[in-house]
Amino acid sequence: MNDYSYDNQTVKGFILSSLFWGVVGILIGIWISIQMWNPSWNIPPYFTFGRLRVVHTNGLAFGLGLGAIFGIFYYITMRLTKRPLLFPRLARFHLYLFNVAIALAALSLLAGMNQSLEYAELEWPLDIGVVILWVIFAINILGTIIKRREEQMYISLWFIIASVVAVAVLYIVNNLSVPAGLFKSYSIYAGINSANVQWWYGHNAVGFVFTTPILAMFYYFLPKSTGLPLYSHRLSIIAFWSLVFAYLWTGAHHLVYTPLPDWIQTLAIVFSMFLIAPSWGSVVNGYYTVAADWSKMRTNYLTKFFIFGITFYGLQTVQGPTQALRVVSQLIHYTDWVPGHVHMGTMGWVTMIVAASMYYIIPKIYNTEIYSVRVANTHFYLVLIGQLIYSVTMWITGIQQGALWKAVNPDGTLKYTFVETLVRNYPFWKLRTIGGIIFAIGMVFFIYNILMTIRKGKSLSASVA
Amino acid sequence: MAGNIYSKPVLFTIVSAIVILIGTAVTMFIPMLTPQMHPRLENLKPFTPLQLAGRDIYQREGCNNCHTQTVRPLKTEVMRYGEYSKAGEFYYDRPFLWGSKRTGPDLARIGGKYPDAWHYRHFEDPRSLFPQSNMPSYGWLKERLIDPEEVRRHMDVLNLPYTEEEIENLRGKTEMDALIAYIQSIGTAVKRRPVVKKAVVREVELKNPLAGDPRAIARGRDIFMEHCAMCHGDDAKGDIGPSLVDDVFFYVEGDLPDDDYFEVINNGTFEGMVEEGRTAKGGMPPFGEELGKDEIWSVISYIRSLKEEGR
Repeated sequence: MNDYSYDNQTVKGFILSSLFWGVVGILIGIWISIQMWNPSWNIPPYFTFGRLRVVHTNGLAFGLGLGAIFGIFYYITMRLTKRPLLFPRLARFHLYLFNVAIALAALSLLAGMNQSLEYAELEWPLDIGVVILWVIFAINILGTIIKRREEQMYISLWFIIASVVAVAVLYIVNNLSVPAGLFKSYSIYAGINSANVQWWYGHNAVGFVFTTPILAMFYYFLPKSTGLPLYSHRLSIIAFWSLVFAYLWTGAHHLVYTPLPDWIQTLAIVFSMFLIAPSWGSVVNGYYTVAADWSKMRTNYLTKFFIFGITFYGLQTVQGPTQALRVVSQLIHYTDWVPGHVHMGTMGWVTMIVAASMYYIIPKIYNTEIYSVRVANTHFYLVLIGQLIYSVTMWITGIQQGALWKAVNPDGTLKYTFVETLVRNYPFWKLRTIGGIIFAIGMVFFIYNILMTIRKGKSLSASVA
Repeated sequence: MAGNIYSKPVLFTIVSAIVILIGTAVTMFIPMLTPQMHPRLENLKPFTPLQLAGRDIYQREGCNNCHTQTVRPLKTEVMRYGEYSKAGEFYYDRPFLWGSKRTGPDLARIGGKYPDAWHYRHFEDPRSLFPQSNMPSYGWLKERLIDPEEVRRHMDVLNLPYTEEEIENLRGKTEMDALIAYIQSIGTAVKRRPVVKKAVVREVELKNPLAGDPRAIARGRDIFMEHCAMCHGDDAKGDIGPSLVDDVFFYVEGDLPDDDYFEVINNGTFEGMVEEGRTAKGGMPPFGEELGKDEIWSVISYIRSLKEEGR
């Protein structure tokens, strides 16, 4: 029992760290959203849009995302293997190293050390740090699974194993570079080949950081928190294998109409369409699980997080493949439609499920109940509204932008100069900032609720002792 | 049998790794080994030390967060930016800098489009040229010097050719100088194509049909203020670009005939371009895709009317 409580403290450490980096990342997100319509918010050299945007994306993908994944995966793995972690002290070291690495990552990006590869901006010394972090994690997770005390591995463990393997391959291959000093390196890949490697990475980083780990949480915490058994085990088997197989073919849909060989683009588009099926396999499984008793939406405050989260995942996985089609890509690619798409996934799907998982874990660790269901409900509606404002405004302005770029006069000349197409984004960009602020307020309610639950739990265990 | 794998974690890990690597091999690893992924245009030049230093700054400042560097083969895109991007243009780009978002315009054909002076002013204060621009100001790059030895190290790592003189010449160069040298090199391996106006080609007028027309002059003034004043000054007496109200064109005394005037506005200028026996230094962007035939003639009417006033 003592082992568990030590490991639980590590889990809690990761959850609190990820929330801290989440706050930093969201605040920077609001900041750069203001820079989009008011350039006086740029403070050179460290706080211009070009440097802050990568702190925003890395801070949230690696700080909030990976932090949550590490903590929640340790928790899930312990439960599903019916044993404490194989290397508890290594996990604690992992927690410290993680926070040091994220802090250094943020500082290095502000200093302009940037490989210019999206979601792989960190320079080579930090890349090595990230790989070490990942290896530590993999040893502990896989070791604990191998030494498990439960014969069968539940679906969540499949997704965890696949994520561990895929991210390792993706990150190492895409970051291969020749150092040119401590803070600068040049990729070993050049030209169209470097584009192909980068988007193989870039798309699958989304796949194996923002999709499969979150599905692992979904498959574990939905049945746990509702008390309803998973609808179909067979469906989850099909969904799992077809998802991890198809994902890796699709990176080049980010490069439609670029000089990359056409056949790679076309193959990526085809597999993107195919991906709708396994994605919706999980969506359907989620819906039918709760369909056994829809009243859970009312009676169990966590159910709506999972159902709305999986709904946004379902919308995301239809919208994404649609964007891959040439006829759609040529209109919306390079416009604000794309950030609208991404943020439905991150704000609507990832943080919904991550937050619900944390709501489940923290009271369990302290053997208590959540501090306030009402605060949790307020959090839910604020992040939902904030995200919808964000995504919908960006879709509208993205389509508008794409259409204005294409508009021609009767005599065949372009109808709008670039600046004319730019200024029409400003009203929408302002609305987006409001959406972001509403979302951030929702997250404040969430963090308050988590902290108060911990406080309640601590005083409880103190009184027991 | 099929169920066994879910109780054998090592086997499961190996199988899932293989499943993941199939698509990776077909779309990424195998193409990488073929020459189709490493094309090079014949007249593509490697980066000079100054250009590479500028490219490093482009990366450091995250310019690719707002600017793409690839023109898609779509009609209006080629009109707006120029010839669509070719696979062989990026041989020396490690890594590629195509970007994924156009908060600002694409830069794949920016090299040579504007004169250096335009870029200095624009980086210093983008809103002095485009009052509604949201681009950050980069005037502070003028106060920072390039470290020649660092650039040499970078050239060595990339195995790019350079001379001692080129490294020596970096001394005293600012980061702004380097960035602009890089910007001016982008996309120059592909020749700029003249703007072909169907309406123009079919019925090319040798003389301005709107010459002296007061309505055309008024309209021409508006167009001038929007598109031309930025470089030639509000009074057309010259600024970044030359004066349009003196009688010197391309550094030679004497008027430019209407049809040549039209062509310069329509197609812009590039270094070495010869017009009426006069050689241009380049730096004027083409306006033919934005301004219709009548609009160009109106601008010419307006400029000529200013000249009349001056007499």
